[in-house]
Amino acid sequence: MADSTYEKQNPAFYALLVALIFMAVGPIALMLINSFKLDVDIISGTGGLLFMPTIQNYETALCDILPYEPDHLDFCSLKFGGAFINSLIIALISTALTLVIGCMAAYALVRFKFMGRDTASLTTLLVRMVPPAVLLVPVFGLWNNEFCLDRDGMIGGAIREAFGGRGDVCLAGTHSGIILIYVAMNLPFVIWILQSFIVQVPRSLEEAARVDGAGPFQVFFMVVLPLIKPGLAAAAIFTFRIAWNEYLLASALSDRDTRTVPILIVNNMSEFNVEWGVIMATGMLLAIPPIIFTLFASRQIITGMTAGAVKG
Amino acid sequence: MNAANRLTPYMFMLPAAVIMAIALIYPLGYMMYGSLLDWNPSQSIADAEYVGFKNYVTLFYDPAFRESLGVTLTFAFFVVVLEMIIGVGLALLLDRNIRGMSVLRTIFILPMMIAPVVVGLMWRYMYHPTIGTFNTTLESLGLPKVDWLGDHALMSVIIADIWQWTPFIFILSLAALQSLPKSALEAARIDGATGWQQIWFIKLPMMMPILIVTGLLRLIDAFKVLEVILVMTEGGPGLSTEILALRISRTATEFRELGVAAAMSNYLLLLLMALTLGMFAFTKLQEARAARLAAAIQEEE
Repeated sequence: MADSTYEKQNPAFYALLVALIFMAVGPIALMLINSFKLDVDIISGTGGLLFMPTIQNYETALCDILPYEPDHLDFCSLKFGGAFINSLIIALISTALTLVIGCMAAYALVRFKFMGRDTASLTTLLVRMVPPAVLLVPVFGLWNNEFCLDRDGMIGGAIREAFGGRGDVCLAGTHSGIILIYVAMNLPFVIWILQSFIVQVPRSLEEAARVDGAGPFQVFFMVVLPLIKPGLAAAAIFTFRIAWNEYLLASALSDRDTRTVPILIVNNMSEFNVEWGVIMATGMLLAIPPIIFTLFASRQIITGMTAGAVKG
Repeated sequence: MNAANRLTPYMFMLPAAVIMAIALIYPLGYMMYGSLLDWNPSQSIADAEYVGFKNYVTLFYDPAFRESLGVTLTFAFFVVVLEMIIGVGLALLLDRNIRGMSVLRTIFILPMMIAPVVVGLMWRYMYHPTIGTFNTTLESLGLPKVDWLGDHALMSVIIADIWQWTPFIFILSLAALQSLPKSALEAARIDGATGWQQIWFIKLPMMMPILIVTGLLRLIDAFKVLEVILVMTEGGPGLSTEILALRISRTATEFRELGVAAAMSNYLLLLLMALTLGMFAFTKLQEARAARLAAAIQEEE
């Protein structure tokens, strides 16, 4: 909004705004408050804000990476810290890979005419709607049985010698396995969203660089990439969000050591006796990175969202 | 043009093409083949027995699958219709020059960014029959309790999805509204159109192309919802909230029938493919129309 004069609104309008804000933030605030309560306080439900805040729930959740042993715990059963690190590794690496690979492909689709361009662009558009649930069966089968280093092969044999195990080494149960499917899943979306940003880069800039003797890759990395930073930021946030929040495929592909945080939360929810305080503390920890992104980059998120839909 | 130049686009495309071929296209083909097999997780695909289209036929007559399909369609229908009405309505209402609009938009996108698993967790707590926020509030007002995740499970799940995704529609329609040409609105105002008339005859028709694409995007996403429902109800009680995505994952992991799950995935894929192609055709149509209009205007000049 360029002009700084604001229209006066009537009080009912502000009442509506307050109600909307309350509805949007209420559930999140409720979870935050409950994560500082003991289960006794949550279940008795006495007095919303009158309670002794405690970080005990967070201590329970993070017990495997705390430098000290919390007094109230005998045994550290919830390995949240490890899962958090897994989530971080998987989300960061897959976001970085998706962005690099995706913007190269988007650039090729926008700027070059080549054989197979239409096929590539149509395929990208079509696979964008494939839901994770549809990928569950084939990915489970392939990652466990086909994408393996054979037990008779050289490399597989060497790995078995070094680490033991059942003989063949498969993608399932490794970080790389989950990263691969996340990159593949997010690529169509990233390519699609970045195309609309690359179109806007003036061709004359690229040609000027080419006249000065820059090769195609130099033009791309030195001229085009810096100009589409807002698009890259939007794409990065969306990719990170999906990789960070995804549950289904991660649960099919991970094993005990590569579990991510969403899996941990679902596993602890399905038990009969839910420990509300601890589970809400883990939920809050999982929600913090996306919340931080939203607060600092909401402009990019909104640009990305509208670019995706409007310029589709 | 020399050979190196001709190869450039392929070098830019190569990594993406390889990854998508290995981890999207090949798995989808593998699934199509797997859907023709009687296949359980302990078998490798080579040992599974070929049964032709038996899985598809079984599913077609399977009451549980039909119910699950019905739940999915009901869920998608209500979610998209209600979110469109509320989202567009709010956008029309809040499209004013007020202080702090950007803060407001930031707050509204928070629910979308949070993990579906966490959204499910928050709502499961709020719907809890005894300690949940809604029932304790009702109780303190002297009203009868509601069995949110029991008798009204589907409705509760729809409400949670509306909470999470209405902002998406809101943001997009607000953007559409603010990109409308000012001259048309100005002209209407001078001609004495009331607020309602402006909305009904000018704003909505002009936003329509974007609104349709937004609705279709949301519809496609509504078929992908899984985690929120998994955490809130696990598909229950009975099959009342078991949407297709959830049924696929249960068929694969609990019932251990990978062939059937693959066939079910194919049905879902076909449905989504039709929707995507519809959206694609629609945007192409719009572009063609815009191009024709532009050409007509140029001729007149």
